[in-house]
Amino acid sequence: MKTRSLTVTLTLTVAAAALLASAAQAQTTVAEPWVRGTVAQQKASGMFAKITSAAGGTLVAASSPVAGVVEIHEMAMEGTLMKMRALPKGLALPAGQTVELKPGGYHVMLMDLKQELKDGQTVPVTLVIEAKDGKRETVEVMAPVRPLGAAGMQQHQHGMMK
Amino acid sequence: MQRRRLIGGLAALVLAGCERAQDTAFHALDITGADYAQDFRLQDPDGRTRTLADFRGRAVLVFFGFTQCPDVCPTALARAAEVMQLLGDDARRLQVIFVTVDPERDTPELLRAYTAAFHPSFLGLHADLETTAATAKAFKVFYRKVPTGSSYTMDHTALSYTYDPQGRLRLAVRHESPAAEVAADIARLLAEAPAARS
Repeated sequence: MKTRSLTVTLTLTVAAAALLASAAQAQTTVAEPWVRGTVAQQKASGMFAKITSAAGGTLVAASSPVAGVVEIHEMAMEGTLMKMRALPKGLALPAGQTVELKPGGYHVMLMDLKQELKDGQTVPVTLVIEAKDGKRETVEVMAPVRPLGAAGMQQHQHGMMK
Repeated sequence: MQRRRLIGGLAALVLAGCERAQDTAFHALDITGADYAQDFRLQDPDGRTRTLADFRGRAVLVFFGFTQCPDVCPTALARAAEVMQLLGDDARRLQVIFVTVDPERDTPELLRAYTAAFHPSFLGLHADLETTAATAKAFKVFYRKVPTGSSYTMDHTALSYTYDPQGRLRLAVRHESPAAEVAADIARLLAEAPAARS
């Protein structure tokens, strides 16, 4: 009886520890999200952020109520030619490393926009991160809209203050 | 000392800290004398036909892009807006032009609202598909549609061409060039102009 209860306790402890570990592993944090504002009739924009996956994984999908289609894109300069592509296998998030989605690199592309994205609004975006074991985690991001005309680079943020 | 004042306080300020460029070369690629990108004939959002001659007396910065572009185009236009700020009073002697390579989606109204989001003086120009293709070719600008999802995006050349106030093609500005360098180059072109006119 005593042995049995000990076994149960141990099992529970191990299970709880495993649960905690998996929760910690699955933990993906998203910092400084923002979406570039649009003008009426403009049907596409991009979301940028700093994403860190503690255990590593892949950003495989995203969705947003403001957009009909959301894709993970990479922008790259080939000489003077700008190329933009959807990442077919998603965006790799190496364990513990912060991957920055920023102008000139990766972005979450918001297409078929259902509304104009105005300065001061907040855009909800759901990110789907797949762990190495195939388990999927969703992260809800609330991304503030930055004015379309604002420079995207950090050092220019002072110019956006009102 | 006096010579330096002639260049203008701002140009000197922008150029300071970059000794290399003080008296020698432009930051951007100097393409003076090139035989392409000589002129365009495109529509403004009011339906008027515009050519390079309309902007004589001003430096002109021309960029080809499309408004559904989340990254390169707003970055280039935000840089152009920053250049306007850096130029101060000289900004009225610069015309920034955005030529769409996506006239199917970039309507005149959209172009007007889009360029105004960066600076009220910026001008968005468009044409029919055939003229757009011919203009891009004449400017050595490459573009193509790339299907994505249910829609499409576009690959395109991300250079900005700079003309002097006489309407001569002078510089090709790389996408990566910072606003301070672009402003310094344009200040130089503007400082040349009064001498060339007399």
